[in-house]
Parts: sequence; structure tokens; C-alpha cells
Amino acid sequence: MSTANGLNLTLKVWRQKNDKVKGQMETYQVSDISPDSSFLEMMDILNEKLINDGGDPVAFDHDCREGICGSCSMYINGEAHGPGREITTCQLHMREFKNGETIYIEPWRAKAFPVIKDLVVDRGAFDRIMAAGGFVSVNTSGNTQDANAIPIPKADADKAFDAATCIGCGACVASCKNSSAMLFVSAKVSQFALLPQGKVEAKERVLNMVQQMDDEGFGNCSNTGACEVECPKGISLDNIARMNREYMSASFTADKK
Amino acid sequence: MSWLKQTFTSSIGRKFAMALSALFLVIFLLQHFIINFTSVLSEKTFNEISHFMGTNVLVQFALQPVLIFGVIYHFVMGFVLEIKNRNARAIKYAMNKGSENSTWFSRNMIYSGFVIFLFLCLHFYDFWIPEISHKYIEVLPEDSTRYFGEMVEKFHDPLRVGLYALSFVFLSLHLMHGFQSAFQSVGARHSKYTPAIKKLGTLYAIIIPAGFIFIALYHHLTAL
Ligand code: HEM
Ligand code: SF4
Ligand code: FES
Repeated sequence: MSTANGLNLTLKVWRQKNDKVKGQMETYQVSDISPDSSFLEMMDILNEKLINDGGDPVAFDHDCREGICGSCSMYINGEAHGPGREITTCQLHMREFKNGETIYIEPWRAKAFPVIKDLVVDRGAFDRIMAAGGFVSVNTSGNTQDANAIPIPKADADKAFDAATCIGCGACVASCKNSSAMLFVSAKVSQFALLPQGKVEAKERVLNMVQQMDDEGFGNCSNTGACEVECPKGISLDNIARMNREYMSASFTADKK
Repeated sequence: MSWLKQTFTSSIGRKFAMALSALFLVIFLLQHFIINFTSVLSEKTFNEISHFMGTNVLVQFALQPVLIFGVIYHFVMGFVLEIKNRNARAIKYAMNKGSENSTWFSRNMIYSGFVIFLFLCLHFYDFWIPEISHKYIEVLPEDSTRYFGEMVEKFHDPLRVGLYALSFVFLSLHLMHGFQSAFQSVGARHSKYTPAIKKLGTLYAIIIPAGFIFIALYHHLTAL
């Protein structure tokens, strides 16, 4: 069934069998895509077609499809999560594209995010950075204090909350010309550093998380600000400045090493 | 690894030191500009200040070495960072729209920096090497009125004036991003003053390079 305003599109998609072999861009045609469908629904339609034709569907990460899990990593037409601000790929709609347009779809590109298959990359580096210090150590022995018993200035609570909205999608790394993870790591450092519960381990945390970030092979920050623009959660560069302060002062004052 | 080495070989520590060297260069450039500008106003004042800067022990043996170290560090680290950053992405995007999310200046610091480096080579050849040779190698007698004439002489050559002007355009591009970026690298960011720093940075990046171009052109044209 053809609709009046259905979109006919040319897709250039990165195809790669696994992390061992080289990949390449492949060209596909999709037709009569509803402008109201989401980008991932368009990918589903492409995959159905590929399966019906006996081909291999394009592998891509997705889970919540409502902008909260951060898994739908796609570099679309030269931007992380495509055109549009403060959205993930699952929140991108096909009405953003014109009939007859060619759309480039690529995986996040960073040495620290190796491609597993097609558009799926391994973001385990983020998990290892979190394991290096992205937590508050508490004994969950049953007599844990109620968090609300500790007074926290509203401004600090708000800033910590804003930082904590980071969904770990990696769009910051993908958008950065240096594949730097500074926005992600600084959001995670900040969400704890701003709160009294997090201050206890703040120095060790920032030293360990930054060291892990460097060990994973992410680049340095050139302050281009691309990450902030492309971040689906609007995480601010304020967090990077805070991490720079936290890191330098911890380097000079922490007991560790 | 000692904690100090660990700090200044980390990604954040490197950029912190890069920014400190850059801020030092920004201050140096301002004083250099002010002194040069006196040459437009008064030959005598320019000669007096140049004589002072060229013979003062503190300037020659404390500030000058810091400056040389700062320039070399900034230059070397500029390339070290660039190489590391390029290595962090093995496969490039087939389609990438950097202009959608960042300025041209910020993405091309290494190119504007490289042009500044070429300029510095010419500048050292023009002024610094003859100065050092005059004072410390040939040990010629100091004539406190020689500076103005030596400078005007250099700006006779239209090719040289052109190269100077072109280099200052690239310096301007470098500072359009660099000035405010250095504050961010040292963590100085707040909604109270960051907007002012950004405006000041744009003003600095326009006025100082334009002023240097004006001085070169002024001496070229008045000596015709
Ligand atoms: C010798 C030639 C130079 C080279 C090769 C060079 C190279 C670079 C590079 C590559 C960066 C970006 C580093 C990054 O963010 O990853 C940079 C930053 C910067 N440069 Fe230069 N530069 C040179 C000279 C200068 C001069 C003469 C000045 C000032 C008068 C200057 C001021 C700055 C500033 C303010 C920054 C920003 C620092 C930051 O982001 O923290 N540079 N330079
Ligand atoms: S900072 Fe933004 S872009 Fe980076 S991982 Fe978090 S939500 Fe994604
Ligand atoms: S699928 Fe969860 S954010 Fe897009």
C-alpha cells in the first residue's frame, strides 16, 4: 500500500561481520517510509526486507525506544543520533528527512569502542570507567541512613541531578573529533562530587576514573563543545570544567600515590 | 610513576599545562604589542623600552627562559595531543558534519598553530637571532638608539609585511577558540564570568593581531 507522502530513501549503511574483519558501506533502497515512523522503525522495515530477500539484517543496538536507555547508537548523516537536538536515535522521526534523500548510517567511531557487528559497538570501556570509581561505597547492612536526612543545597542537588541524567550513550565520544570521553566521565564525576555522600571518596574517584579513561584510549579534550551540542541529555561543559578542577586539586592533595 | 609525572602525563594534566603555557603566551603577546605600538607614537620611547627589555637582567635571564620554555612546550604538546587525538579514532566517518556542532577554529587549532610556528621561525630569524648574536655572541657595543631603525629596516620588504600580516590572521583564528578554551582547561568556568571571558577573547583575538598588522603596515608605508 503506497501512501501519498511516503519517503523513498537511499541508505548507505556500515556493514561489518565481526570485530576481526574489515567492514564497508553498503547501499540499500527503502520505499514508502511513513514520515511519522521513528528512525529505528525505518531500520526495522529495512531489516524485514533484507530477511525476506534472504540477506543478513543490519545489527543495531536498541532497547527502550523512548530515549532513556542510551543503547541506540547510530551516526546518521554526519551527526550522532542524526539531526535534531537533545534526542536519541529512537526519538528521531523520518519527517526530518526529504523524499529521495541519501542517508549515511555508521557506528560510533572510536578506538575505545570497537565494532562488534555492523552498527553495534562495544561500550564496555564506559563500564570499566564506572567500575574504577563511579559509585559511593556504603554498607547495606540494614541501618543505612536515609539520604533525605542529609541536608543538601537545592542548587547542588539540581546540578547533581542534571549530571546524573547522562544515559551513557556515548554520543559525546562519537561526536568528538578526538573521541574524547570527557563529557561522560565528567557527568559521572560531578553527580557524586556535588553531593555530601559522594564527597567522601571524591579525590580517589576522579583520579581513578580519569586514569581508566586514559587507559581505554579515549582522546584529550580540545574544548570544541561538539559533545554538549550532540548530547541527548544536554549535559553541560560545566561538568568538564568541574572535573578539570577536581582532578588537578586531587592530584596535589590526595593521599593516594 | 611519581604523582607529578602521573598528573602531567594524564589527559587533563596535559591540557592544564597546555593552557598555562597558552595563557602565558597571551600575556606575553599583550606586552609585546604594547611595546611595539609605542613605535608608532614615539621613536624615543620605543628605543628606551626596547633597550630596557634587551638589557634588563630579570627580563633576559628570568622571563626570557620562561618564554622560550613556554613556546617550546606549547608547540611540542600541540603536536603530541594532535597525534594522540588522531590515534583515538582509527576509522574515520564516511560522512561527518563537524560544522553542525563546533566552530572551525576549534577543530583546526593544529593548522593555525602550525602557521604560527612557521611565522615564529621567520620572526626568530629576523629579530631574535640577530639580537642574541649582537649581545651574547659578537658582543657588539650597545647603542640604545639602534632598535627603531633595525625594526623599520625589516618592514621595507613588502613580502615580509605580507607574510607577517597573513600569519597574524592565523594567530587570530587560533585565539578565537584558544583564549576562552584555556580558561575551560584550567577549570575556570562559571555563568558569572564565562560570557565575559568569551567576549574578551573575541576582542583580544581581533584587536591584537589587527594591531600588529597595523604596526607593520605603518612602518612599511611611512618609510616608502
Ligand atoms: C608555536 C606554534 C603553536 C602551535 C603549534 C600551537 C598549537 C596549539 C594546539 C594544537 C592547540 C590545541 C590543543 C588542544 O586543545 O588539543 C593550541 C591551543 C592554544 N594555543 Fe596554541 N599553538 C602555537 C602558538 C600559540 C601562540 C603564540 C599562542 C598565544 C599567543 C597560542 C595560544 C593558544 C591558546 C590560548 C590555546 C588554548 C589552550 C587550551 O585549549 O587550553 N598558541 N595551540
Ligand atoms: S554525556 Fe550525554 S552524550 Fe555523553 S554518554 Fe552521557 S548522555 Fe550520552
Ligand atoms: S533505544 Fe533506548 S534510548 Fe534509544
